[in-house]
Amino acid sequence: MSIKKTLLTTAVGFSLTAGAAAADGHTELTIAIVNNGHMINMQTVAEAYTEETGVQLNWVSLEEGVLREQVTSDTATGGGQYDIINIGMQEAPIWGAAGWIEPLELSDDYDVGDLLPAMANGLSADGTLYAAPFYGESSMVMYRKDLTDAAGVTIADNDSWDNVMAAAAAMHDPDNGVYGACLRGKPGWGDNMAFVTTMVNSFGGAWFDADMRPALDTEEWNAAINFYVELLGTYGPPGSEGNSFNEILALYNEGKCGLWIDATIAASFLEVDGVAYAQSPNAGNPVGANWLWAWAMAVPTGSPNSEAAHAFIEWATSKEYIQAVGNHPDFGWGSVPTGTRASTYEIAEFQAAAPFAAAEMAAIESAAPAATDLKPYVGVQFAAIPEFPEVGTAVAQEIAAALSGAKTVEEALEASQAAADAIMSEAGYY
Amino acid sequence: MAIVATTSRFSKIAWPTLAWVVALIFFFPIFYMVLTSFKTDADAVKPEFLFSFTPTLENYANMTENYDYWRFATNSVITSVLATLFALAVGVPCAYAMAFNPSRATKDVLMWMLSTKMLPAAAVLYPMTFLTKNVFGVFDTHFLVILVLCLINLPIVIWMLFTYFKDIPKDIIEAGKMDGLTTWGEVKEILIPLAWGGIVSTALLTFIFCWNEAYWTVRLTTIDAATLSKLIEGNRAPEGLFFGRLSAVSTAAVGPIIVLGWFCQKQLVSGLTFGAVK
Repeated sequence: MSIKKTLLTTAVGFSLTAGAAAADGHTELTIAIVNNGHMINMQTVAEAYTEETGVQLNWVSLEEGVLREQVTSDTATGGGQYDIINIGMQEAPIWGAAGWIEPLELSDDYDVGDLLPAMANGLSADGTLYAAPFYGESSMVMYRKDLTDAAGVTIADNDSWDNVMAAAAAMHDPDNGVYGACLRGKPGWGDNMAFVTTMVNSFGGAWFDADMRPALDTEEWNAAINFYVELLGTYGPPGSEGNSFNEILALYNEGKCGLWIDATIAASFLEVDGVAYAQSPNAGNPVGANWLWAWAMAVPTGSPNSEAAHAFIEWATSKEYIQAVGNHPDFGWGSVPTGTRASTYEIAEFQAAAPFAAAEMAAIESAAPAATDLKPYVGVQFAAIPEFPEVGTAVAQEIAAALSGAKTVEEALEASQAAADAIMSEAGYY
Repeated sequence: MAIVATTSRFSKIAWPTLAWVVALIFFFPIFYMVLTSFKTDADAVKPEFLFSFTPTLENYANMTENYDYWRFATNSVITSVLATLFALAVGVPCAYAMAFNPSRATKDVLMWMLSTKMLPAAAVLYPMTFLTKNVFGVFDTHFLVILVLCLINLPIVIWMLFTYFKDIPKDIIEAGKMDGLTTWGEVKEILIPLAWGGIVSTALLTFIFCWNEAYWTVRLTTIDAATLSKLIEGNRAPEGLFFGRLSAVSTAAVGPIIVLGWFCQKQLVSGLTFGAVK
């Protein structure tokens, strides 16, 4: 009897500790974020928000994949675990249309019109904004001007892939530890396929045809993947099939990469001198040659503090927040979250601190996520459908196998088509 | 004689050398992690600062000031200690019953318990989230984490204790019974003193398993009951090289368990080799 009593008392005691903290009358917001530089900085800058409003902020920092998994399971079980969640452009329109996140209620002072149109559209469903962009990015070429000058080559905006290959060949000097081209090769729908998809787009290919049947067995995919394997296999660093953003960033900062085509946010992490920028290359089709992504903030349906959550999002994605980061003694104008508001790029201090600003703005403005005759889905480097992560991951494995030489390009694409067809067919698209 | 002497001399040098080499290979990642934790994020990825750099404590300061390390550490201690105690409280009587009063089903029950470890955790993620959050309302509580850690380690605890108890002659237990001891008396006066080493080894291993558990502690907590596993998880970054601060968090998370293992290595080795030829 006494053992039973002890166990029961312990259980009840521990259960009550969870509710005790919030029972003292303060509003508390639980915010799930991905762990990257801008989000980490926000935790410090937001101390002023707490001082001003009295709203306590509990930060739950998670790795991207775990964040998606946990937010999905929370939402699917009615929500309530988080008041604000970090979501990407792939999820926002799907979750908004499904009613998993609330439409944003923003005051007139917020100036929605200042949001970059590409970002606002990508985070909306049926014209309703469901998530506010915290920072956004596109992709562009970042290259070593000293090496191109020494080799007597140039890389122009929207250059042809052939010229990019020629520039990579001219800079390639593995004996001295310099590789012509560093590109993503690590399998994952957000890793190698982010880059590969933009390349395929520029060759005129797309993930699905007008009936949403996979279109991976087309000439465009074949030409693009053959070019990718040749470019990275010949002029890339060894072991490229294991490289994604972080790995290449480390290589680039060690001076081992001639050119790198990746997220524009990489520019703010580069520590080598003489970096130059160019808009993404293409093989005749500029639409979809550079990607578009945003980490945004949304309020999950079921949040017990919905009103306070909307107010916080309005502050954290406002012009005032940009000013707060730029004027913060710990950060400065080189650390402001970019790619969200047109007004950010007009700030003189930011322009001076970020030499990549103009190239980034041009890349974001030219990104084209809307559905077209060529691709019947929303999204540049992904398709905004629930099945895409599964399709993208399956194809990513095959492309990595082709890159490593374990399969031919033809074998990899044949297997990719079969895998994608099985997933889409099972999902009931046709 | 000369050949024997040469072989012996060779063995005396070669085997310890090999052991040191293997040990250093295994230890190097931990050494490198500790070393990196004293570098800035910028220095951590530069090969020229591999061993020669200006050490800094900024990652540790950042961890305690901005990441609330002590809250996570306290939760890890509370949940691991209590889960280990509860697992032993259930495991000792269970293993006692199976070792000294076996039935025809004992072997099958033991196998069934072990088979529960083969269930992929992801398969029950949704029901676990739904039940703990929507039905029982215990999501993100110490109680839930302790219960889950206790249950997932119970099969190992019972198996280990069962193996130790089987080595104790049944006659001693029966002699106690002849002297008028109750069942609780047998456990308290005979079993626990005789199997003390095995129980301590089991407790240590269970504590380590609880401390290192990451799947459920990350997914069934938010703030209040989050353990050090969640702190490490949150410091992995998809865009950005924050290896200095990640190393500091990892060092601070595994540090206590390494120190504990260092002091208790004799019992740990005994626990890890249970069931081996004695």
